[in-house]
Amino acid sequence: MTSSVSIIEEVQKILARYPNAGRDQLIPILQEIQGACGYLSREAVVEVGKQLHIPTSKIYGVATFYNQFRFSAQGKYHIQICRGTACHVKGSAAILDALVRELKINPGETTRDGLFSLEIVACIGACGLAPVMNISNNFHAKLTTQSIPGIIKSYRQQAAAAKGA
Amino acid sequence: MINIEVNGKTIQAEAGEMLLAALNRAGIEVPTLCNMEGLPATGACRMCVCEVEGQRALVPACAFPIADGMKVKTHSQRVIEARRTILELLLANHPTDCFYCERNGSCKLQSLSVELGVRSHRYTGAKDNRPIDESSPAIVRDSSKCILCGRCVRVCENIQTVSCLDYIRRGSKAFIGNSFNEGMNVASCIACGQCVAACPTGALTGKNDIGKVVAALKDPNLHVVVQHAPAVSVSLGEEFGLPLGTDVMGKLHAALRKVGFDAVFDTSFSADLTIMEEATELVGRVTGGGVLPMFTSCSPGWIKFIETFYPEMLPHVSSCKSPQGMLGAVIKSCYAEKVGIEPKKIFSVSIMPCTAKKFEASRPELGRDGYQDIDAVLTTREAAQLFKMFGIDLGKLEPEAADSPFGERSTAGKLFGASGGVMEAAVRTAYYLITGENLKELKLEALRGLEGWGKEAHLDINGLKVGVAVVNSLGNARKIIELVKKGELKDIQFIEVMTCPGGCINGGGQPYGATVERVTARMKKLYDLDATESLRLCHENKELQRLYDEYLGKPNSEKAHHLLHTHYHERTPLT
Repeated sequence: MTSSVSIIEEVQKILARYPNAGRDQLIPILQEIQGACGYLSREAVVEVGKQLHIPTSKIYGVATFYNQFRFSAQGKYHIQICRGTACHVKGSAAILDALVRELKINPGETTRDGLFSLEIVACIGACGLAPVMNISNNFHAKLTTQSIPGIIKSYRQQAAAAKGA
Repeated sequence: MINIEVNGKTIQAEAGEMLLAALNRAGIEVPTLCNMEGLPATGACRMCVCEVEGQRALVPACAFPIADGMKVKTHSQRVIEARRTILELLLANHPTDCFYCERNGSCKLQSLSVELGVRSHRYTGAKDNRPIDESSPAIVRDSSKCILCGRCVRVCENIQTVSCLDYIRRGSKAFIGNSFNEGMNVASCIACGQCVAACPTGALTGKNDIGKVVAALKDPNLHVVVQHAPAVSVSLGEEFGLPLGTDVMGKLHAALRKVGFDAVFDTSFSADLTIMEEATELVGRVTGGGVLPMFTSCSPGWIKFIETFYPEMLPHVSSCKSPQGMLGAVIKSCYAEKVGIEPKKIFSVSIMPCTAKKFEASRPELGRDGYQDIDAVLTTREAAQLFKMFGIDLGKLEPEAADSPFGERSTAGKLFGASGGVMEAAVRTAYYLITGENLKELKLEALRGLEGWGKEAHLDINGLKVGVAVVNSLGNARKIIELVKKGELKDIQFIEVMTCPGGCINGGGQPYGATVERVTARMKKLYDLDATESLRLCHENKELQRLYDEYLGKPNSEKAHHLLHTHYHERTPLT
């Protein structure tokens, strides 16, 4: 789902299911688009604006209000760092800082090589393992700031190996 | 009408209206940062909180509906304490660099701090360190100074229907921005500056070009000329404490010479020129089966609007450049030849009531051979700043005339400053072009006034029926375009559109704090000039006739087309 033509086609397919849609259907439409495309691209937002007659600034305003929407494609490895209460008490703020330093991206962004994307989540229900993060459905428990570079490195190696093979 | 009790006194209020509106009408001052007359209340700033008997908490007066027998305290100890705390919290993450702020002296936040006696910085919050957006040639956005009152969002959405600004993210992370955090140049902003006029702080300001002009004035190799727009001379006086509606045209000429401009011209001269070209174009379209109705083209915000939102309607827009564009073109051609100075060595400045004129001056269509016709645009506010910098007290100067060959003007050209004025001037000259005679009654009352919608006149010119309409603010422009598209305006041939509510007298570059009273005074002065002066027709301007005789030939001639007309193109920003 990278070319803008296929994104627009996908968006049009979704919008076709919402005849005469207005502002009140904006959120379910955006959710479906994110479900299908993985994120809300500019092309998608502009197309929704055209069809629903809503300025893109308004759509962007609504979409950024909620944490669930993202505006860049997810990386090959999607990192969800838990910032829930238990993880917070166990120092997840420092873990997040370490991830930002290591990946050189902010939450909601994707690394330039497309390998990693970073998302903050509230509580992933694994408080016993705090502080915890989930990388593409693999849980990493009892994290320390020192453990982060090694974990990221292992995924980089995994990606390089997959490429080599 | 119902009665409510405010501070122990009974005042009258209308059922259903908000408390703040009733208080304002009764002359009771309650501070507010976010309220906008005529637009829905948001209760964003909380400065207008009052004590209402029976309510546990303080209520925001702007969003609290009136009820019969209500008892209100607007300035109790509790209220004052709350307002001061609210203000201090707004200041918690506000930069304290007032000295260097564009709004120093005109900032609502600053004046409220004085009023409420804020004398210490009790709370400290994380500052917004988003970079300043200087991408637009007209408007600068500094979100660190934003208090999230949303006035810019509402004016952009409700009045102009452009909606390039909105709240992005939420809670403590919220800020005002464009879609995808793009710069104002990439967004659908049409540069009108109504957001700048609405902003209570320095978060949105016009781009300041005083430095560019001062540098040019200092450069001995440059011949620096200046022009001033019709709406400037009736509003500039306000910045120097002169009575509302004072026309400072002559004093303005004197001040510009004192600052060091080599030649001082009047944009109202080229408003006359615009009318010659535009009326000729209109007559051509009406009699020759051209695209109708024709829209005026002097308001650059409107032009960017139609290029962005209705590109399919561009054939309806007059091909005439705006008066600024026309004068800029003849300065660097006709005038340059006349005085024997290379166009490159002329630095052309214009003083405009408008921020969009800064954008217009940067359009590649307005220039030739690698130079722009207008090198810098100053708003009315910047002109006042420039004069103050040079120690000039405008009120004390003796009036002087503008320079030949572009110094004479008709009062019709001057009317360009008010909504309806372009149309009135155009009708007078179109009548003359068709009949060879002048209209007996020059005044077209139906087209006058600040109203944005519904001004219309129907004329019978020697059997030729011409209908004209006038709108201002882009919400109304959108409405009339939709009517044209539906084919519902068959009897209208010519439509004047001005971007700002009321026209240029209420432009985005005018002195801060424009109220209906101020704008009305500016408008009244323009019509007073028209009622009292003798040169009231564009086509009778002698210097204009000379320009055609000696240089341009006839209106819409090939040379006139080359210099005075332009073309438009579709824009595809992030709308």
